[in-house]
Amino acid sequence: MRVPLTLTVNGVAYPLEVEPSTTLLRAVREYIGLTGAKEGCDDSECGACMMLLDNRPVNACSYLALQAEGRAVTTVEGLAADGDLSPLQRAFLEHGGVQCGFCTPGMLISATALLAKHPSPTEEEVRIGLSGNLCRCTGYDGIIKAVLSVAAHR
Amino acid sequence: MTQSYTAAETVEDALAALASGARPVAGGTDLVVGARQGKAPLPDNIVAIHHLAELRGVHLDGDTLRVGALTTHEEIAEHPLVIERLTALADAAAIVGSHATRAQGTVGGNLMNASPALEVGGPLMCFGATVTLRSQAGERSVAVADLVAGPGRTTAGPGELLTEVAVPLPPAAAGSCYARLEYRQQMEIAVVGASALVALEGDRVAAAKVAITALAPTVRLVPAAEDALVGSDGGRAAAELAAQAAAEASEPISDVRASEEYRRAMAAVLARRAIEAAVARARSVAVPVPASRYLHAAE
Repeated sequence: MRVPLTLTVNGVAYPLEVEPSTTLLRAVREYIGLTGAKEGCDDSECGACMMLLDNRPVNACSYLALQAEGRAVTTVEGLAADGDLSPLQRAFLEHGGVQCGFCTPGMLISATALLAKHPSPTEEEVRIGLSGNLCRCTGYDGIIKAVLSVAAHR
Repeated sequence: MTQSYTAAETVEDALAALASGARPVAGGTDLVVGARQGKAPLPDNIVAIHHLAELRGVHLDGDTLRVGALTTHEEIAEHPLVIERLTALADAAAIVGSHATRAQGTVGGNLMNASPALEVGGPLMCFGATVTLRSQAGERSVAVADLVAGPGRTTAGPGELLTEVAVPLPPAAAGSCYARLEYRQQMEIAVVGASALVALEGDRVAAAKVAITALAPTVRLVPAAEDALVGSDGGRAAAELAAQAAAEASEPISDVRASEEYRRAMAAVLARRAIEAAVARARSVAVPVPASRYLHAAE
């Protein structure tokens, strides 16, 4: 049984029809076609699917798409304003925070949420804040440096 | 396979849906993951309760802190009164899942999931917290200690919705702590956990509660640990006696996370650290929140 749903992702309203059990991740990737957010563990362990829901982080693999009705969903595709990378995105490039890239969308969303709440975190706070996001390349050092460089510039 | 989904706009809507067999979803952090792991399929009929503003938020009512069922772990962990007076609850709420889990996951859902590793369960039991269960037939109040009945099982009926958690504030000269053994700092659940509440009168412990986590089919209070602390000076010897009682009250299992023997051995360690930190906080010695991150490194 499909249910109509209007999902607002990165400021664009998408009229969809989803099963009640469809996750937010599946709706965004497969129905809308925004494939930035990744399915890693599909179990809320790895954070690769992370999106913002009304500006707060959510593991989209474990959230029902229907519950996002009427709320603002932000994916990694929504972080660049008018084609200009966000400061965090630029910092990831400058500090070698991207290796295979699979964790990057979730890392960027997670770091965006972290800095929105704590604009000047310590290195320990960044490490703890991002430890719900796994990097299979184990390239954490560049990621932490990238986040700290943006934090320090605020 | 889920056949229907409705989003309740009022508590009455939600109760009517529950009465006709629907199951509630709030933050979804346990429900969807549980379905995928094969623990329990998604319910046939789902009623989403995340719109119910009256079930959200924290307010003080006399000497009782009333926490709406939809209050997130993040909101609890950051609440100044929780940090000051119900510190163990802040210790626990601050380490549930990751910041994404804490931003979405609710205290009501967490309690009704009734995990043996339920982080906020031990602190709530130590504080003597009760929950309100509402149904179309009316409402009743149940102690958190009587709500959880086994792994994933509660004493709530299928038509009942947990709407509020009421937490009596302990006396001002009290301190509390929740400490857990963890392998990872986020997206972790307790391998072993312990909670302690200690109230002082002068140099002596006037009242105490100790609870153990991930050591039995449910989080549970340990009355024998309380007996070891009350009347003592709250020092190392008393803390060790009480911690031994906590280990003896354990009925741990072996699983992928730890063996039964290791859990039993760590029960005494975690209980002692939680008790000592609770005593320190009762004496106004600062122990950072969440305590787990600091206590283990401190030894």
